[in-house]
Amino acid sequence: MEQAQAIDTTRLRGGQRWPEEGFTRVPSWIYADENLYRRELDRFFGGDAWCFVGFECELPRVGSFRRTWMGERQVVVVRDEDGINVVENRCAHRNAAICWKNAGEVKELTCPYHQWSYSLKGELQGVPLRRGVHGQGGMPADFDPGRHGLRKLRVAVRGGTIWATFSDTAPAFADYCGAELTARFDRIFPGKPLRVTGYSRQLIPSNWKLYLENSRDPYHATLLHTFFITFGLFRADNEHLTSPVQGGRHSSNYAISAGRKVTSETAQMKRFSHGLQLRDMELVGHRDEFGDRQNTALQIFPSVFIQQHANVLAIRHIIPRGVDKVELSWTFFGYEDDDAQLRRLRCKQANLVGPGGVVSLEDSELLKQLQTNVRGYPESTAFVEMGGTDVKTQYSMATEVGIRAFYDFYRREMGV
Amino acid sequence: MTEETALKPLPIELRLALSDMFERYGEAVDDGEFQRWPEFFTDDCLYRVTSRENHAAGLSHADLHCEGLAMVRDRADALSDSTVYEPRAMRHIIAMPRAGLAAGGWIEARTNFLVVEALSDDDPQVCMSGIYLDVVVPQAGDLRFRQRLCVYDNYRIRTSLVHPV
Repeated sequence: MEQAQAIDTTRLRGGQRWPEEGFTRVPSWIYADENLYRRELDRFFGGDAWCFVGFECELPRVGSFRRTWMGERQVVVVRDEDGINVVENRCAHRNAAICWKNAGEVKELTCPYHQWSYSLKGELQGVPLRRGVHGQGGMPADFDPGRHGLRKLRVAVRGGTIWATFSDTAPAFADYCGAELTARFDRIFPGKPLRVTGYSRQLIPSNWKLYLENSRDPYHATLLHTFFITFGLFRADNEHLTSPVQGGRHSSNYAISAGRKVTSETAQMKRFSHGLQLRDMELVGHRDEFGDRQNTALQIFPSVFIQQHANVLAIRHIIPRGVDKVELSWTFFGYEDDDAQLRRLRCKQANLVGPGGVVSLEDSELLKQLQTNVRGYPESTAFVEMGGTDVKTQYSMATEVGIRAFYDFYRREMGV
Repeated sequence: MTEETALKPLPIELRLALSDMFERYGEAVDDGEFQRWPEFFTDDCLYRVTSRENHAAGLSHADLHCEGLAMVRDRADALSDSTVYEPRAMRHIIAMPRAGLAAGGWIEARTNFLVVEALSDDDPQVCMSGIYLDVVVPQAGDLRFRQRLCVYDNYRIRTSLVHPV
């Protein structure tokens, strides 16, 4: 890991200092500062980090490709005879995008602008008019195609998922995640053949870090989300673990489903709805396919949040689209050996999450409201002392340790 | 949808009834009268809102997926009673349906739609454009959707999808 950067004090305007209390406070200016945002893109999405780029099963044949995003940088994930390659979607000639489609099948990668063509590994194969016309023009005699290939990224494949990094120095993917997170990851991706069931995308008008915090914050899930609370999927009296991982870089949460029951805690949950009755209980009917009754949520920084809520499985791909916008690109999946009931449950329970999910839409609605205020009140700070003032693993949902640990990590990385 | 060639022209009174149903549907969901929304569906209905991308690839996932009237009613209840979202003014602009009568007696229709939304602190913007792929049957002297697939053109949903399409 690189050393933290020194603070560029010339860039800081009045008030743009981290509060002296440290990571129990989060200043609002970090969500609206364009300069800081550019540094985050370079350091996290373009730096020593592994970013999610897709599933192996999305590339069934040699030549199958998908276009995806690592921060604001677009890349192409493509299969050749030897495996999976990830290259920048940027011609080595004039930087034009080569793939204009989100998915498809090709024999080679050809830039539409001047038809420079590359192999599926990104090696430059053809330059039209390289020798000129009628002895005029053309590339200089010393032009070396071997030096003008597409930039190729390091690739890691684990359990059917594909990851890439721009860095030559990032540790191997499993070491990047660490043992605890890798074990949680392997529970969902044990190497069984996967099946993508579909995609959802939404553009949320908030800084990407507000989304990261939201999905590291079990405290809100116990209060805002009526469905989780009423039907016991995530609820304050669940057995729950909130674990910052790798110094706060990643996070891992899980809860044991409690079912719908009334306890002393439910009285404090204003949104616990005794009256909420479902006509079709399969929406919240958790079939215990992993044999541990857990609902899980893990974040592999910076690009994904992986969730298993009851039987709906999804990777939420986090794609910053400017300092005040974040795209969430959801890939819903199951396993090839899913029986008819599991296929139906995954489809029905997807109504809980995604842009129209009766749980998740509450988050996207909330994040818009947050962004309006961090922009309007840049001098304000957030107070995150639920569950104490440290960054240790907690066995509770009444905690903000995930947010504290993230900003402990973030401040070291960004030097703020 | 079966082959369009198998469809017979729709009698004019059915065509008018269909357009009238579509307008009433749009009005109900725009007004946020979510309890009126399930009244447009049969017990065995299928209601889905999904992207052109998912639809073309035959993928089972949809942003909204209701198999049967019970799920439609559950979503209506959630929107009416429990879900937290910003107030908004919605406007469905529904084109003339291209519809025909199938041999089995039901109506099949393809209809372009545009949904515009004005959030509590903003001016109207396009929420979604797309096409309805409907199967409509007569029931209790009125028409009901047995199938309403809303296939949208958007690459992304703007923030959230709250009101039914």
